[in-house]
Amino acid sequence: MSEIYLDNSSTTRPFPSVLDIVMKTMTEDYGNPSSLHKKGVDAESYIRKTRQILSRILKAEEREIIFTSGGTESNNMAIIGAALAGKRRGSRLLYTAMEHPAVSEVMRFLEKQGFQTEAIPVDRRGSIDLKALEDMLDPDVILVSTMYVNNEIGAVVPVKECAALIHQKAPDALYHVDAIQAFGKYRICPRQLGIDLMSASGHKFHGPKGTGFLYVRKDARILPLIYGGGQQAGMRSGTENVPGIAGLGVAAEETYRDFDAKIDHLYALKERLEAGLMRMDDVVLHGMQGREGAPHIVNASFTGVGSEVLLHSLEDKGIFVSAGSACSTHKRNASPTMTAIGAPKEESSAAVRFSFSELNTEEEIDRTLSAISELLPVLRRYRAR
Amino acid sequence: MFHTYLVKYGEIGIKGNNRHVFEDALAKQVRLKLAHISGEFEIRKERGRIYVECSGSWDEAETVDALQHVFGIVGICPVHTYELSNIEDMRRDIVSYVAEEHPDSDASFKVKARRVNKEFPLQSMEIDAELGEAILEAFPAMHVDVHHPDILFDLEIRDRIYVYSKVIPGPGGMPVGSNGSAMLCLSGGIDSPVAGWMIAKRGVKIDAVYFHAPPYTSDRAKQKVVDLAKAVAKYTGPIRLHVVNFTDIQLAIYDTCPHEELTIIMRRYMMRIAEHFAEKDGDLGIVTGESIGQVASQTMHSLITTNAAVTMPVYRPLIGFDKSEIVDIAKQIDTYETSILPYEDCCTIFVAKHPVTKPVLQVIERSEAKLKDVIDGLMETALRTTETFTVRP
Repeated sequence: MSEIYLDNSSTTRPFPSVLDIVMKTMTEDYGNPSSLHKKGVDAESYIRKTRQILSRILKAEEREIIFTSGGTESNNMAIIGAALAGKRRGSRLLYTAMEHPAVSEVMRFLEKQGFQTEAIPVDRRGSIDLKALEDMLDPDVILVSTMYVNNEIGAVVPVKECAALIHQKAPDALYHVDAIQAFGKYRICPRQLGIDLMSASGHKFHGPKGTGFLYVRKDARILPLIYGGGQQAGMRSGTENVPGIAGLGVAAEETYRDFDAKIDHLYALKERLEAGLMRMDDVVLHGMQGREGAPHIVNASFTGVGSEVLLHSLEDKGIFVSAGSACSTHKRNASPTMTAIGAPKEESSAAVRFSFSELNTEEEIDRTLSAISELLPVLRRYRAR
Repeated sequence: MFHTYLVKYGEIGIKGNNRHVFEDALAKQVRLKLAHISGEFEIRKERGRIYVECSGSWDEAETVDALQHVFGIVGICPVHTYELSNIEDMRRDIVSYVAEEHPDSDASFKVKARRVNKEFPLQSMEIDAELGEAILEAFPAMHVDVHHPDILFDLEIRDRIYVYSKVIPGPGGMPVGSNGSAMLCLSGGIDSPVAGWMIAKRGVKIDAVYFHAPPYTSDRAKQKVVDLAKAVAKYTGPIRLHVVNFTDIQLAIYDTCPHEELTIIMRRYMMRIAEHFAEKDGDLGIVTGESIGQVASQTMHSLITTNAAVTMPVYRPLIGFDKSEIVDIAKQIDTYETSILPYEDCCTIFVAKHPVTKPVLQVIERSEAKLKDVIDGLMETALRTTETFTVRP
């Protein structure tokens, strides 16, 4: 029985074309892009190429892209870099209550450094309260950070509306978007949307792990976090990860090829899974269903069945998903998003996330649904009482 | 510079005629332990002492750390050795020894020589006096105190002269393997690795059994147990670990027996399985991490009930310990950080809100009797599908 990988929001399988170019840059074109000789120039050409690809996709300038070690570094660089650059202008930083720890933990760090950080509330569906955001904004705000797509429930933030509010009420504030779950699923043009800083991660769209980028609008000023040899215009020192950057470029290019058809495919998978789950008893869907939410994430609670138990039972059948929340009997807390949307404990402890990529098929969704229908009665029979 | 350690052992010394058995066991454990670190080591047993001669690319910290993981060792003394010649050379050597090991000291001291080699012309007391005088002349800030010295210079006159004055504490106890072996019931918690460590400290070799309950417990929980066994094995040497798939037995109990008795009945079957593998491995007892009253299944009543499932002796080295005392040991032996990783273990998944705290054996046995149609087959399957492998430090 073949594997069914439905944990693509955790990571994806790299495209074969990515492997090829990573191999090539490690075996043949292994030079240091800063070297003056031909080996260096050859290595640098891969970085140029990826810059071109990304600038075309984002409709951005090549110099607006900084390569990083991944989403977490991009988020750190954007938020800390903006806070340090803006600390004379103000002291407030806003973020949504359902951010990934790669944002919320950075905020907690900055809070200890003397900044004021405040969370914008979200509702049960993961929809952010624009009115609250509007009320929170004032000229003392130096940065607002929101996700584009929530990593656990696939809720989508109205980035354009947020940007408009921010630039109107806090004209000097920078707007950072964590687009780690959105890049490759939406056509994103930061300049049109009013985004100043935007994070993405290579391995979420079939690129290599340890790669990512931060878009920095050319007149947005942030301070670098990593100092050294002055690579990437001094914004991120350190010899560039040429194989990773090359692989990221190829992955991005391939992801945005036949893009609309791929997105339709993802939504077809999503709707098929949602419809199948809705036919089962005692299943609660989280986030935004159908086209309103992200195309690749479905999050459901199977009341009375612990997340991890269902996860391992599906694993046993070769189906890989993610637990919305870990163990219930140990004092482990509900996940950040489940807490933010105020999901009751019996739902958060039973939440499972299914996330797709273009490589999944409808047949896999059907097999997953029948596996779940088969497992639920057994798993529900045995529970703590 | 020194390249010899004198290994001091305590209780072994008083074991009468069996003494050589313990010494051999200790020398073997020292040898096994040092085989895995860099350097070459020669282990010599000599008149109630064990010497470790180090050569090659050995490292002081690494060697001491390895010896500190060998039960039976109470002290590790770095020994300087000098050529055996005349008393003038000895005076010079002791001064250079003090300069190296206790520079700028103003401590009180005593010299205590033992003349093992009777061909040496001076008697022990005369050597003490000569060398004490030499130290006083070279280090005027130091002074003699024969009753409560800060520093005791131990000298042994053999084919060479051995000098030491520092004792690094060892873990104590008795060498593993000198007292048979036992089957440890190892969970992912804090207590059972500590129990295993304590019983091993008394010279007992450890085998272990772990109850795995997929899909209710994950492979990570199993990996955690392997990691704990690895940490304990640093002291005990390789541990044979039996991983038993316990899910079906657990579900059968769930289906058939009163829910508040589930944990007790489950533990009785775990004990039976542990006993099975203990007999198979030639073990002389079962070891658990229980301590009285810690949870419902560890009250005196509960212990009677679980104990009654087996005939082999059950050792509970933590029986009188408070949780905080157990935690202290777990931290000391480096199992604590692994133990607190939050993975589900099979004792907790179906736990009742109000489990029995005073189970009555006859009542429990009546509940168990309801399993009679299925349990033999399930036990047989669990034993047959058990995965056994050796965990090395």
